Amino acid sequence: MASEAIRPVTLKRTFITPEGVDLRLELGSAGSRAAAFIIDFLMMISILVVVTIGLVYLVQGGGPKVAEFIGVLWLLGFFILRNGWFSLFEMGSRGATPGKRIMGLRVVARDGARLSGSAVIARNAMREIEVFLPLSFLGMQTAEGAADTFLVLFALLWSGIFLFFPLFNRDRLRVGDLVGGTWVVQTDKAPLSADLVGTAFQQRRTFSPAALNLYGIYELQTLEDVLRNENPEAIVTVARTIRTKAGIPDDGEDYAFLSDYYAALCAHLEAGLMVGRRRDSKLG
Amino acid sequence: MNAPLVGSQDAPRVNATRFRQAHEEDWSRLEQIVTRMEKRSIRSLSDEDLLALPALYRTTLSSLSVARDTSLDRALITYLERLSTRAYFQIYGVQTPASRQLARFFTRGWPAAVRALWRETLFCVALTFGAALLAYLLIRSDPSWYFSIIPQSMAQGRDPSTSAQALRETLYGGDKDWLGVFATFLFTHNSQIAIFAFALGFAFAVPTVLLILYNGLMLGAFYAIFEAKGLGTNVTAWLMIHGTTEIFAICIAGAAGIRVGMAIAFPGRASRMDSAVQAGRLAATAMCGTVIMLAVAGLLEGVGRQTINDDGLRMLIGLAVLAGWLAYFYALPAWKDDRGE
Repeated sequence: MASEAIRPVTLKRTFITPEGVDLRLELGSAGSRAAAFIIDFLMMISILVVVTIGLVYLVQGGGPKVAEFIGVLWLLGFFILRNGWFSLFEMGSRGATPGKRIMGLRVVARDGARLSGSAVIARNAMREIEVFLPLSFLGMQTAEGAADTFLVLFALLWSGIFLFFPLFNRDRLRVGDLVGGTWVVQTDKAPLSADLVGTAFQQRRTFSPAALNLYGIYELQTLEDVLRNENPEAIVTVARTIRTKAGIPDDGEDYAFLSDYYAALCAHLEAGLMVGRRRDSKLG
Repeated sequence: MNAPLVGSQDAPRVNATRFRQAHEEDWSRLEQIVTRMEKRSIRSLSDEDLLALPALYRTTLSSLSVARDTSLDRALITYLERLSTRAYFQIYGVQTPASRQLARFFTRGWPAAVRALWRETLFCVALTFGAALLAYLLIRSDPSWYFSIIPQSMAQGRDPSTSAQALRETLYGGDKDWLGVFATFLFTHNSQIAIFAFALGFAFAVPTVLLILYNGLMLGAFYAIFEAKGLGTNVTAWLMIHGTTEIFAICIAGAAGIRVGMAIAFPGRASRMDSAVQAGRLAATAMCGTVIMLAVAGLLEGVGRQTINDDGLRMLIGLAVLAGWLAYFYALPAWKDDRGE
């Protein structure tokens, strides 16, 4: 119970595979999703600019027939870029646009079924009112010099509602996710980290049962993070705290002391698990 | 409890170590295979790897389950979770091939979605023609209404003060340059509006209804000024050649938006979320179809209308295309079902 109070609200969600194992998918955070969108948007704009310049160059070299053909090509290309970029990429086997791939995100159906084409189209058609409508509205009005303060405010408010919509619900759903029945999950690669305890025989410090009974699993895993991050300040602070609590004299080797304490505490707590005594944190 | 630490030989002290030693080889092999599938495709795998994949996946999944229960090494559990997730998406997240999805869309998905929206579609058609009638009656009683309905940029010199001769020329005098660009512009512009009509449905369908209403008003206003100059039949033919398809498509897109808005406002027995998802996917399928319809309408308007100047032929084409759509959406599936039984 106590550990739940300590841990912040996570983005982990239950997702049971057909084999009956819960994968505990991690939802994409609002930040990485915004970054993915910005990457996609910049890519779309660069493609648009480069292709437009290229086509203008071609028009100047050709006759009216060529110009007409290129006009058709540009209009269709713009339409496909605007409406198809997200949908076509997400319908592919990777389930992600280039921006999402870079950020390690993937679109998944919320019910665990295959991601259907209609779901992808529904989630992306909603972008029209989330992004493109206020944008084109604003652009049009500025072009005509008629963008008064009220209009700008309205456009900002409108896109603000949709922009921050993911922050107002637990599952970080965009309006498009809501209608399409999808959500966006994190699919990071994590290399297998080094084994902190290891098997190589080495002289280790021993600790009294009283010293090992100070902490639970939550503190053990925090210690694991400290050891893996190898931040000197954190190591000094944590080592001092543990020594003070357990009444162990300082021997000057903080990292070695902590890794020995980690190994001993881990073995101690795992032994407890085997006999059904799970200690979640120092509180109980 | 505290096992003697000094002198414990090479035996692993914690489960994580024991576990890594036993299975690390399998995990890294699975990771290699999955990485190759992500980078290229399943075709790049050798037969040997392909056969090993399911077993490796299950081994890793069971490693994950065991690690969660017995090991306190959080980094190890995170690694196994991510590896299993990546493998899961490679194994189960396979998409239906695009060709089969397309075939299913044309034979079943699209007509079925349009059929399911028949009530909303009928409402949109009624709304369009009701609004058109209203605009027509208003402008007949007072022509100045025309300017409050049609913006200056749309009118292009067609207003109540234009002479009959000039109006007639706008109906038949179409210049034959740039037809392709004109048709493409009409298609992309109208499709964008159809997508808007769908997306705006989210705001409880109100903007969608307004959009359809305005579309109808414009239709009626145009008809009114031509009719006043005795060009009623001519303008009907001019509108019909593409209008039957275009107005039908806009009505279906509006119906899709209304379905989404209604599903969110009045979910009925389903939860609001489920109801939104169900309506959203159905409506998205129908909306996708309207883009195809608008491409046909763009061709009919941009090319067909500019080259065909005969009223009878224009009407005939319009009616024939409409009959085709109606048969495809409402009659064909029924006939197919009958044959299936």
